[in-house]
Amino acid sequence: MERCDDMSTVNLLKDQLVEERKSFIVVKGRQKNQLKCEADSIAGCVSQRACVYCGARVVLNPVTDAIHLVHGPIGCASYTWDIRGSLSSGSELYRNSFSTDLKENDVIFGSEKKLARAIDELVEKYNAGLVFVYSTCVVGVIGDDLEAVCRAAAKKHGIEVIPVQSSGFIGNKSAGYRAACDALLRLIELPAGKLPGRTAGSGGRSVNYLGDFNLAGEAWIITNYLKSMGVDVNVVFTGDATHQSLKKAATASLNIMQCAGSMAYLARRMEELYGIPYLKVSFLGLEDTSASLRKIAAAFKDPEMMRRAEELIARETAGVRPVIEQYREKLRGKKAAIYVGGGFKAISLVKQFREIGIDVVMVGTQTGREEEYQTLHDIADDGTVILDDANPSELEKFMLEKGAHLLVGGVKERPLAYKLGVAFIDHNHDRKHPLSGFVGAINFAREVYSTVCSPVWKYTRGMGGVLHAQE
Amino acid sequence: MLDCTPKEIKERSGGVINPAKTCQPIGAMYAALGIRNCLPHSHGSQGCCAYHRSHLTRHFREPIMATTSSFTEGASVFGGGGNLKTAIKNVFAIYNPDVMAIHTTCLSETIGDDIPTIIKSAEIPEGKLVIHANTPSYQGSHVTGFSNMTKAMVSYLAEATSETKKEQVNIIPGFVNPGDMREIKRLVTKMSIKFIMFPDTSGVLDSPMTGKFVMYPGGGARVEEIRDSGNSMLTVALGAYASSDAAHLLERKCNVPAMTLKTPIGIKATDEFLMTLRGKFVREVPYALEEERGQLVDAMIDLHHQFHGKKVAIFGDPDIVIGLTEFVLSLGMRPVHVLTGTPGGTLGGPQDIFEKEITEMLAKAGIEGRVKAAGDLFELHQWIKNDPVDLLIGNTYGKYIARAEDIPLVRVGFPILDRGMHHYMPIVGYRGAMRLVEMISNALLDRRERDAADEDVELVM
Ligand code: SF4
Ligand code: SF4
Repeated sequence: MERCDDMSTVNLLKDQLVEERKSFIVVKGRQKNQLKCEADSIAGCVSQRACVYCGARVVLNPVTDAIHLVHGPIGCASYTWDIRGSLSSGSELYRNSFSTDLKENDVIFGSEKKLARAIDELVEKYNAGLVFVYSTCVVGVIGDDLEAVCRAAAKKHGIEVIPVQSSGFIGNKSAGYRAACDALLRLIELPAGKLPGRTAGSGGRSVNYLGDFNLAGEAWIITNYLKSMGVDVNVVFTGDATHQSLKKAATASLNIMQCAGSMAYLARRMEELYGIPYLKVSFLGLEDTSASLRKIAAAFKDPEMMRRAEELIARETAGVRPVIEQYREKLRGKKAAIYVGGGFKAISLVKQFREIGIDVVMVGTQTGREEEYQTLHDIADDGTVILDDANPSELEKFMLEKGAHLLVGGVKERPLAYKLGVAFIDHNHDRKHPLSGFVGAINFAREVYSTVCSPVWKYTRGMGGVLHAQE
Repeated sequence: MLDCTPKEIKERSGGVINPAKTCQPIGAMYAALGIRNCLPHSHGSQGCCAYHRSHLTRHFREPIMATTSSFTEGASVFGGGGNLKTAIKNVFAIYNPDVMAIHTTCLSETIGDDIPTIIKSAEIPEGKLVIHANTPSYQGSHVTGFSNMTKAMVSYLAEATSETKKEQVNIIPGFVNPGDMREIKRLVTKMSIKFIMFPDTSGVLDSPMTGKFVMYPGGGARVEEIRDSGNSMLTVALGAYASSDAAHLLERKCNVPAMTLKTPIGIKATDEFLMTLRGKFVREVPYALEEERGQLVDAMIDLHHQFHGKKVAIFGDPDIVIGLTEFVLSLGMRPVHVLTGTPGGTLGGPQDIFEKEITEMLAKAGIEGRVKAAGDLFELHQWIKNDPVDLLIGNTYGKYIARAEDIPLVRVGFPILDRGMHHYMPIVGYRGAMRLVEMISNALLDRRERDAADEDVELVM
């Protein structure tokens, strides 16, 4: 199917959408159409979509004590040097940038030797027990035998050297998530003795928490909640994870999974291989956080745990509600537009905005899946524009038409929103405050407030009184 | 601990740790944005393009528009010709730019796509232009990419149409911020000389808030101007690495004499720039500029005691670092570690300009220092561990070293991802030099006061 990617079609016809794009947009309550999604981009479009390597790096990068070696020309490594705000409680090794920096000769004559040298030098320097070697497009084409080099290096140094098959052109970001999960699966050891039972209730009280990258310390917040319910977090995939903690992932009795986009495959595989069941959760907003904690307690079929969960929910909610109420007052009547990467996040955000009294007038994702769009459609208000993989002219059109005061998006949407005179918050990897759990709900409200209600928007009208955007 | 760098220095041959450069295409993309109504196009997988756009967005805090050929597995086996042809068609149909500026990526270079042939067989609408530059990242750096795209502007667009050369100068500003380009234009305007600047990202990447999103914000060098550059009587290339190649190509192609000067950072380089213009175009330097110069000198004198003997490490892009090194020397500082990630010479040009120039400057000043091209920040950090400095000057990535060694960092160069305003505010010209004086002085004094015991805190400094 041919189509244009998110940022396409700017000059396109302000009031008339490109025919091809129509099937990617629905207005709740108006059409019956299924939204098209999950398609590839075509050549010649302003594509926002990232590559396989990007997806793999996002998932693996938070592993703090690993050497993340990017095998390729310099750029791929430069652009991913410490751009994600995953926090560590120990090693900071993952915040360095390692590249084989391929040169012309390497491309012509092969780069296996250089890679082997790089691994040797890095292992000697940093004394690490784990190396991830990411392949990039060029390596995919010149056909280096990554497996062989990694195997030899692992043997030589007595550590784990794991190739990540992330050549950019073999798919999109989702393929990268999968490549990362495959790499993680290679790390996990079969526990001695018997596997943890197939039901969460039988015996152990420990869970793996999948799909939290510990941005701004979010995984720690959730880990603490669980602890106060009597649940131990065995390891987080992959926020603040270490080589050793990942290895013993198979000892947990339940997987809870937040970011389904990147982690569903891993959860399924762990169920198949180790008999660990999984639960979908979300810790964004009061509603989702409370529901998820209850769901976890229910999975363990333990009344005491449920009691403690209720206690935690009651205590935290009591602290948070009044603050949220204050913001609600101030934000009354404001309207938000959402444009984020995955569907899971979009769904949570719609609920979160409702909690702080803001109407969502437009919601879109880059890579949302069909069932997620169904959910979005179910929870959205009538008249909400729902779109897949939007481009700037569409974002502009709907934000202005619907009178949005705020856009939630990623790096590339921020300047766009500002040019339109619309407030902005980053709900991606550039976030600076934890947005998860109960405290995250307050941070979220505060962040929304501080941008939407900033006085700077008052000056967006030019001196001649000509519009610059809304008042 | 954030500091993972061991002090002991060992020979390395397996690649880079903490790079002081990035890849060619991002430089090409930036240069292409300096043509009016131009859409850069990345010929390769979509990932590269997404990274380049995000990175530029973080530095300029502006929307960055660029398209991609969106390679898939098929393209990487059979070549990307089909993708590029489709892309050309779509770009003009959907985005309607005046110019489409194609740069390659490692992938399309490795596959060996022949871009000119593909362009020739593509459908290009009447009156529209497609230009291209080869930008393999396994050579050079982002600066090389900038240079290559600037060269493409000359090879595709510049023409010598008049018998006699016009009294106008071509200025190739190099890989600097739009604020710097504006400042260079202001200086030349003050000299009352007609000029053509290309690329020129002012008005594109420092465009005002208008309440509208426009794909092509209206700034940038016009195609007719770049064409007419073939009729100018002189090209001044600011910066050997980013600008020289294009100037020399223009000399060969259209017989326009080329002169390479330093990026006008600091008093000496700005003097040279203006004196060159004065000499070639027989103009007086107007009082306004004399006044600015005088103010700069005044500031340097007022504050010189703060600078004298202070040890400084400088890293970044070669043209910028050469200018900065010269300027801190004129302030009495001691640049003991000077490094760029960009390799040695210019492609096809003279080799090792960077190391040679800096070494000469240091020798003249009687300073022993370490100088390296194609270095990385791991190495710079090791140098600093072995021979500490009072100040670090470089881009955002210097913050790890600054923190680990507890030294102040003055942010200059590309990219700056963690502070705002820099792309508006020039570092070139006399005013830019005054800004550098202010930044360096404040950084040193803030540090001194932070560390001072109560009794040593002074009101007047
Ligand atoms: S593949 Fe090449 S062009 Fe693409 S990001 Fe990596 S270094 Fe840059
Ligand atoms: S070369 Fe491939 S892996 Fe590297 S950034 Fe580009 S698309 Fe991604």
